[in-house]
Amino acid sequence: MTKPIKQVHLAAHFPGVNNTTVWSDPESGSHIDFSSFAHFAQTAERGKFDFMFLAEGLRLREQNGEIYDLDVVGRPDTFTVLAALAAVTDRLGLTGTINSTFNEPYEVARQFASLDHLSGGRAAWNVVTSWDAFTGQNFRRGGFLPEDQRYSRAESFLAAAHTLFDSWTDGAIVADKQSGEFLSDPQAGEFSYTDEHFDISGRFDVPRSPQGRPVIFQAGDSDRGREFAAAAADAIFSRHGTLEAGQAFYADVKGRLAAYQRHPGDLLILPAATFVLGDTDTEAADIAHEVRLAQVSPQTAIKFLEQLWNRDLSDHDPDGPLPTVDPVVGENTIARGRASVRMYRDPIATADEWRAKAAAENLTSRELIIEVTGRQNFVGSPTTVAETINRLVQADASDGFILVPHVTPGGLDGFVDKVVPLLQDRGVFRSDYAGSTLREHLGLARPRAARDTPKPARV
Amino acid sequence: MTNGDLPVPLHLAAALDGTGWHPASWREPDARPRELVTPDYWVDLISEAERGHLDFVTIQDALTLQPDGVQGRMDAVLIAARVAPRTRHIGLLPSAVATHTEPFHLSKAIATLDYVSSGRAGVQVAVTASPDAARHFGRRPAPESAQARYDEATDYVEVLRRLWDSWEDDAEIRDSATGRFIDRKKLHYIDFDGKWFSVKGPSITPRPPQGQPLVAALDDGEDSRRFIARSADIGFITPSNRGEVAGTVAAVHALRGDAPPVKIFADLLVFLDDTAERAAARRRRLDDQAGVEFTGDAAVFGGTPAQLADLVQDWHAAGVAGLRLRPATLPHDLLQITGGLAPELHRRGVFRGSYSTAERGDLRATLGLPRPANRYAPA
Repeated sequence: MTKPIKQVHLAAHFPGVNNTTVWSDPESGSHIDFSSFAHFAQTAERGKFDFMFLAEGLRLREQNGEIYDLDVVGRPDTFTVLAALAAVTDRLGLTGTINSTFNEPYEVARQFASLDHLSGGRAAWNVVTSWDAFTGQNFRRGGFLPEDQRYSRAESFLAAAHTLFDSWTDGAIVADKQSGEFLSDPQAGEFSYTDEHFDISGRFDVPRSPQGRPVIFQAGDSDRGREFAAAAADAIFSRHGTLEAGQAFYADVKGRLAAYQRHPGDLLILPAATFVLGDTDTEAADIAHEVRLAQVSPQTAIKFLEQLWNRDLSDHDPDGPLPTVDPVVGENTIARGRASVRMYRDPIATADEWRAKAAAENLTSRELIIEVTGRQNFVGSPTTVAETINRLVQADASDGFILVPHVTPGGLDGFVDKVVPLLQDRGVFRSDYAGSTLREHLGLARPRAARDTPKPARV
Repeated sequence: MTNGDLPVPLHLAAALDGTGWHPASWREPDARPRELVTPDYWVDLISEAERGHLDFVTIQDALTLQPDGVQGRMDAVLIAARVAPRTRHIGLLPSAVATHTEPFHLSKAIATLDYVSSGRAGVQVAVTASPDAARHFGRRPAPESAQARYDEATDYVEVLRRLWDSWEDDAEIRDSATGRFIDRKKLHYIDFDGKWFSVKGPSITPRPPQGQPLVAALDDGEDSRRFIARSADIGFITPSNRGEVAGTVAAVHALRGDAPPVKIFADLLVFLDDTAERAAARRRRLDDQAGVEFTGDAAVFGGTPAQLADLVQDWHAAGVAGLRLRPATLPHDLLQITGGLAPELHRRGVFRGSYSTAERGDLRATLGLPRPANRYAPA
C-alpha cells in the first residue's frame, strides 16, 4: 500500500524578542508599529499560509540584574494586535501565545471567543505556563505557583476555558423581533467549574464563536507537556525540526493519542524552523554565515556563555577560548525571564562538551556559541528548501513548519515569492484557501458544545 | 463663552452599547441584534460616527451577561482594535473593568490600541460591585465599599500611566557599535506597591504614540467624582438638567487640585426624529415593548436634531467640554446624530465640518490636550 501524499502546513512566526532576529540588518523595520505586523500577516496570507504566530513574554528579560539590551526589546499586546490584524486579512489564522499562570479563565475565554468572532473563525491559542516569581512581580497573583504545579494549573485553566466556550449553543440567539424572544436557550452561558485551582460559576457573556473553540496549541517538550498535548491540544509548536529528532517526537506524541480516543490527524506537529534562501545553495550558505555572525555579536556571545556558566563573564574575551572555571550549579540567577536557560539541565556536563568541541574544531568562544546555538534549519536555493520541507513532512518528521524569519517585517517575502510556488507545483501545498476558518485550514473538526448534546432524561 | 477671542471648542462623542441604550432597541426594524458578535456591525457603526466627525466613541463592556435587552457581547478592547485599521480619525475608548483584572495586561492592551490606531486610543475605566463578576473570576469578592473600589481603580490607573511612561520615547537606539538595541537607562521600573497589588515594570510595550492614551470615567457618585478628578483625562457626568451642569463641573474641578483640568462631557440619552412628536411616539412604542418606562442614570432627550443642537450649545455654555450621546436605538439615533445634529452644529459655526489635517492627528490633538511629559525622563 502506498502511503498517501501529505499536504504541507505552513505558518509564520513574527520575528521574536531574541537573537534570531537581526535588528542590525538595513532592511530591519519597527517591531512595534502596526504596519510591520500588517505587512507580515498580509505576506503570509499571500502565501496561503495556515496562520501567523505571536510569542509572548510578560516581563522584560534581564541578565546580571539589568534589562537585556542586545536583542530586540518590546512587543505589543497579543490579543490587541491580532484583533487589528483580523481587519487587514481575510483567511490567515491568528495564533497568540497566552500564559495560563498570570491570567484568569473567564477573561481569556472572552478574549479568545471575541477574537474568533472578530476574525470570522481564525483564532488560535498557544497555551503556555510559567511559574517564576520574576514574571509574577508584574501581576496581582505574584509568583505563587510551585514549578511542579504549572502543568496542573494549565490543564485546569484549559478545561475551565472549554467549559466557558461550550456554555453557549450555536443557535442560542434568535432575536425574534415579533415575539420578543432573544435567546432560544434561557440558560445560555451558564457554567460552573471547580477543581483544586479554580472555583468559578455564573454566566459567560460571549456567544459561541465560529470555530466553537479556538485552535489549541501546546509548546512544552517535557513528558508532561507531551501528555498534555495528546490529551487536549490541536497542534504542537515543537522544536524538533531535523529528520531523526522530528520523527522520534512525531511518533512519540502521535502514539499517545489513542489513549484519549483521538486519531493521528487530530493533533498536528509543527516545529519552528528558520531559513536562509540564496539563488544557489552556495550563495545561501554564505548568507547564512553572515546571518549567524549578526545573530551572535561578540557581546551576545558573552551573554550566552553567562547563561550556561551562571556567572558574570563580562571580562571574558569572546575571541579567545572558553572559560576555564566551571559553571555555577543551581538556580540560574544570572539570566531571568527567558525559557532557554532551562534547557541546560547539567551545566557542568554541557560546559565540558562545549570545551571538547571547541578544542577539536579550534573554535573561539564566539565561534563556539555560533555553532551550538545555531538555529538554521533550511539553508539553500528555493528548490533545495522546498524539497527539504516536503521530504521532512512526507517522512513524518512533522506535518509542516512554523517559519521564523530573521528580519522584520520583510523576512518572509522571499519564501512566499520563491518557495511556496515550488511546493504548490509539487501538489503538496494549497494554491488557495479551501475554507474560511483556521480549523478548516488545519483539517480539524469543529468541536461540539456540551450544551448541544442532548441531556439525559432525569430518572 | 469665549477663551480670549477664540470660541471654546465643542466636542461630541457617542456611547455605543449593543443595539442602543433602550432595552427594546433590538426589536426596531433597522436593528441588527443577530450581528452584535460580528466585526462588520461595529465597523459600520463606528465608521458612521466618523462620518459625523465625532471626537470619539466609547464601547460599553462588563464582565457579566446583560440581564435584559440584548444578551451576549464581545470584549470592547478587541472590538476597538478590530475597528482601528478601518477608521482614520475617530477616537476609540473601550470600557474596561479594573476591579478583577490586571493593570499590567490592560496597560499594554491600550498602548497597543494606540499603536494600531495611530494615536486614537483611550479607555473608560469602570469598577464593579457585582457578585456575579466576582464569581466569574473566583478569586475574591469585590471590595465592599464604593470608596474602596474607586481607591483600587485609582491605584490601577496610576499603574497604567506609570507603565505607559516606563519607556522613554527615544529608548530604542539600535546602536551597532555597542550591539545595543535599547538604551536601558531609558527604561524604568515603576515599583508600584499598593494595598491591592504590586507591579514591578517596566511595560513590555514601548511608550504609545500619544505618550499616555486617554483615561475616562463615569460619574456615578461622590467616590467616582474623586476618581475622575484625580485619575481621569475625561469625565462623563449625568446632570438631569442644565441647572446641574455648572455645579457638577465645578465640583469635579474643585477636587482636581492643581492637576491639569479634566475634560467634562455630559451624558444624554437621545431619541431623535424629524419631529418631536415622532421621537416621543417612538419612545412610547419602545417603552410599551419593554413593558416598562425606560429611565437610566443620564437625562433623556426626545426631539429633533435641531432642538438637540440648542440643548448642546446651552449645556456647553454652562461649562461642559461637550456631550456624550447615548443613542436610544442603533443605527437610527446615531444616523440622526451624524446626519442631523453634527451638520446643524457645523452650520452654526460651533462644530467641525471635517477632521483637522494637522500633523499630530491623534485623539489628544482632537480634544485639545497636550502630549504629557514622561515622568521618568529628565526635564
